[in-house]
Amino acid sequence: MKILVPVKRVVDYNVKVRVKSDGSGVDIANVKMSMNPFDEIAMEEAVRLKEKGVATEVIAVSCGVTQCQETLRTAMAIGADRSILVETDVELQPLAVAKLLKALVDKEQPGLVILGKQAIDDDANQTGQMLAALAELPQGTFASKVEVEGDKVKVTREVDGGLETVQLSLPAVVTTDLRLNEPRYVTLPNIMKAKKKPLETLKPEELGVDVSPRLKTLKVSEPAGRKAGVKVADVATLVDKLKNEAKVI
Amino acid sequence: MTALVIAEHDNQSLKGATLNTVTAAAQLGADVHVLVAGHNAGAAAEAASKIAGVAKVIHAEGEGFAHGLAENVAAQVLALAEGYSHILFPATAGGKNVAPRVAARLDVAQISDITKVVSADTFERPIYAGNAIATVQSADAKKVITVRTTGFDAAGQGGSAAVEAAAAIEASGQSSYVGSEIAKSDRPELTAAKIIVSGGRALGSAEKFEEVMTPLADKLGAAIGASRAAVDAGYAPNDLQVGQTGKIVAPQLYIAAGISGAIQHLAGMKDSKVIVAINKDPEAPIFQVADYGLEADLFQAVPALAAAL
Repeated sequence: MKILVPVKRVVDYNVKVRVKSDGSGVDIANVKMSMNPFDEIAMEEAVRLKEKGVATEVIAVSCGVTQCQETLRTAMAIGADRSILVETDVELQPLAVAKLLKALVDKEQPGLVILGKQAIDDDANQTGQMLAALAELPQGTFASKVEVEGDKVKVTREVDGGLETVQLSLPAVVTTDLRLNEPRYVTLPNIMKAKKKPLETLKPEELGVDVSPRLKTLKVSEPAGRKAGVKVADVATLVDKLKNEAKVI
Repeated sequence: MTALVIAEHDNQSLKGATLNTVTAAAQLGADVHVLVAGHNAGAAAEAASKIAGVAKVIHAEGEGFAHGLAENVAAQVLALAEGYSHILFPATAGGKNVAPRVAARLDVAQISDITKVVSADTFERPIYAGNAIATVQSADAKKVITVRTTGFDAAGQGGSAAVEAAAAIEASGQSSYVGSEIAKSDRPELTAAKIIVSGGRALGSAEKFEEVMTPLADKLGAAIGASRAAVDAGYAPNDLQVGQTGKIVAPQLYIAAGISGAIQHLAGMKDSKVIVAINKDPEAPIFQVADYGLEADLFQAVPALAAAL
């Protein structure tokens, strides 16, 4: 079974982004870029399934600018066997990415597609579900446990209030939540090995997909700020403030 | 212009998030219909008919909807989609699971997690963990939207909408429900609670988390939350996680104990009305958003606070 793992290049999670003064977006010039953390978890899960003998090949995919090659090299250093870059300078929205991935699913026929549940830049939480719908596949989103059993996969999902387990027929789409696994550290020998693994580049047109954005961003602004309040000296003062000033208890 | 709100429910009763979603739908200036797709869900449909501002309730009854499987619920929404200009889901685990399937099959963009309706085609939504607010406009004929419940008040009661039965679609058969482990608790639900007490990694262990946080929550009738660091360390279950990757909350009072205030945590709670921070590190970023900061050891301050109430 092949596993396809889409990975997104995003602003590193440690960077606090700044809104551009003209309101046209956030300033991402010269900031550190990394693989979306949820995608790292997806890649780790796929590689573990290969190590267990469940999967035979792990293919990483990224859609976007040329520099996504770096993200794909990281994916191959974690353990992907090869990767595909769908290269475009167009601003890609989740629907467009889902369509590109659908075309690759048709081409590669993976048994599983494992994606991060959301990217930490646009926080959309859409692509996996959209891909599942377009490819007419079942989905197990927000996974904290993935067990492949024959031609089925059991996915334990993080839902409001607890956990839910669903069983899906393969092929299926799984999106990862934080507790699924802890991604391994990438070692230097594996980084070197990743440089030699194959990386294929395609254009959206070759996959027959129109990637034009559907949503127009009119402006991006700073959120309403919160002012720091006061420090209180002790518990008694705090209780007094909450009762008599804030009137919340 | 008519909007369809997909109700979140457990077949017997509606989840509160449905009410906030109805408010967002009403702000579009549209007639509001509510879909209750469930199994033996007559009571939930009845409850939906009593929401103020709802013109019609559509009740689709089928076994495949019993546990809200995305494949089946999405197919049901698609079967009804034709008459609607807007389709809205609460941005809960359930809504987020289903909405993108509907949008993709309609070939429209989804607008996730809206916090404000600017006009019928323009919305505000947070990006980068709430560090920026994007105003986006959709050019698609139909808008598929998920609604961040903290951005909208809950709709009131007093409606008397007709409940109409809709033919249920056939279940897909690609997925089945195996079981669930839902934590039973007498506490209010995190996203609906008026007061939340949240603990961080400083608590040091699952036992201490329980021992220190529970009495305070009991005293205040509060829900218990946790930072991602506390969840990652195994001190609290994941469904208590407040933050970008957990629950987004906006209670009247949020008490953060031993939480440093990472960006990703602030993203989940900074819309709370009053924030109290208890932390022994005077430099902790949580103090920059707290209305009341108490620089103290939480192991003394939290029990003292519980005792003083």
